[in-house]
Amino acid sequence: MMIVQLLLSFVASSLFGVIFNIPKRLLPHSGFVGMSGWAMYMAAARSGIDGVAATFVAAFFVAFLSSGFARRYRTPATIFIVPGILPLVPGGTAFEAMRHVVMNDYNAAISLAAKAFMISGAIAMGLIFSEVVNQLVKRRP
Amino acid sequence: MTERVDDIVDVCLLAGKLMLESGGETYRVEDTMTRIAASFGVSRSHSYVTPTGIMFSVEGTNVTRFIRISERSTDLSKVAFVNHISRRISSGELSLDGARKELERVQRQPLGYPFWQQTAAAAAASACFASLLGGMNHFLPSLLSGGMAFWCFEMMHRLVKIRFFAEFFASFVAGGIVLLMERAGLVGDVGNMMIGSVMPLVPGLAITNAVRDLMAGHLIAGLSRGAEAFLTAFAIGTGIAFILSIR
Repeated sequence: MMIVQLLLSFVASSLFGVIFNIPKRLLPHSGFVGMSGWAMYMAAARSGIDGVAATFVAAFFVAFLSSGFARRYRTPATIFIVPGILPLVPGGTAFEAMRHVVMNDYNAAISLAAKAFMISGAIAMGLIFSEVVNQLVKRRP
Repeated sequence: MTERVDDIVDVCLLAGKLMLESGGETYRVEDTMTRIAASFGVSRSHSYVTPTGIMFSVEGTNVTRFIRISERSTDLSKVAFVNHISRRISSGELSLDGARKELERVQRQPLGYPFWQQTAAAAAASACFASLLGGMNHFLPSLLSGGMAFWCFEMMHRLVKIRFFAEFFASFVAGGIVLLMERAGLVGDVGNMMIGSVMPLVPGLAITNAVRDLMAGHLIAGLSRGAEAFLTAFAIGTGIAFILSIR
């Protein structure tokens, strides 16, 4: 089951790369980044870590790997980050929020929307922390 | 000298325009233009870039230019190409004329993948994502609804130049197809399929660029990209909510 998940996230992320028109030779790399991010997220979520924290860890890892690839292939890191963070986007939570809005259950809708918002914030924080680590490492002679 | 400065500014603006139109981050556009100018000997240049326009000025001369970016698309391979050209200019590998020719070649180059390939990729990505969330029996239905959603998005975007409406319409179509399949008794759980189908519309690039621009201190660009991401997410959500309310 785990292997199927990894495979699916790999294929999905590299296909997202096609939608964003990233160079053909780097498609497998973006797939790898997406797969690693999803694996981190799943591992963290299964060990009982909260969804927001799990997303943060996964986004950090995605950005970290992306900057490594970016240096290695001398290309913008965005190429790997964009397909990499897509599986982490809180689609499920946002969908549930919308479903409750439609049912006029605004209390549940707002708490779900807040959670989706927190998860998006966790993605942003992950990207920022990875950049912080990058700059700290770069400083060292 | 002034003529040469004019030519250098032309090349810088061409590089900046290509990058910004293809979805490069604002700070990268400024950085690239300053670097190109510096490697051709214009060490003091100033640029101000927002997602919709570029201002570029060379200190100590009368040269100041402004260009408006009216149409943007997502073509990250073009960003990578221009980035590569700028590296080659910095290392002294390319002359001014050579750089201009290379950039014009990138400009003429069509999109990285033809439309049918992108639609197929969107369909398959939706199917993979829906199966990731809900199990392999979601694969085939999401292949159809995800592909149709992306196709409708592009067609609507060509017809009406209002991006958010195209996104709303596409997610409406995706939800509608899933709903019809549910009515016909083909599928059980609609939630994960709807989520998978709208995944190709999710503003991944806008989110990434917003965060990266804000980090680099480009507050206006970062906030406007963030607004773009938020409005897109809102348009997708509204389309799905429409479908759920008539369910």
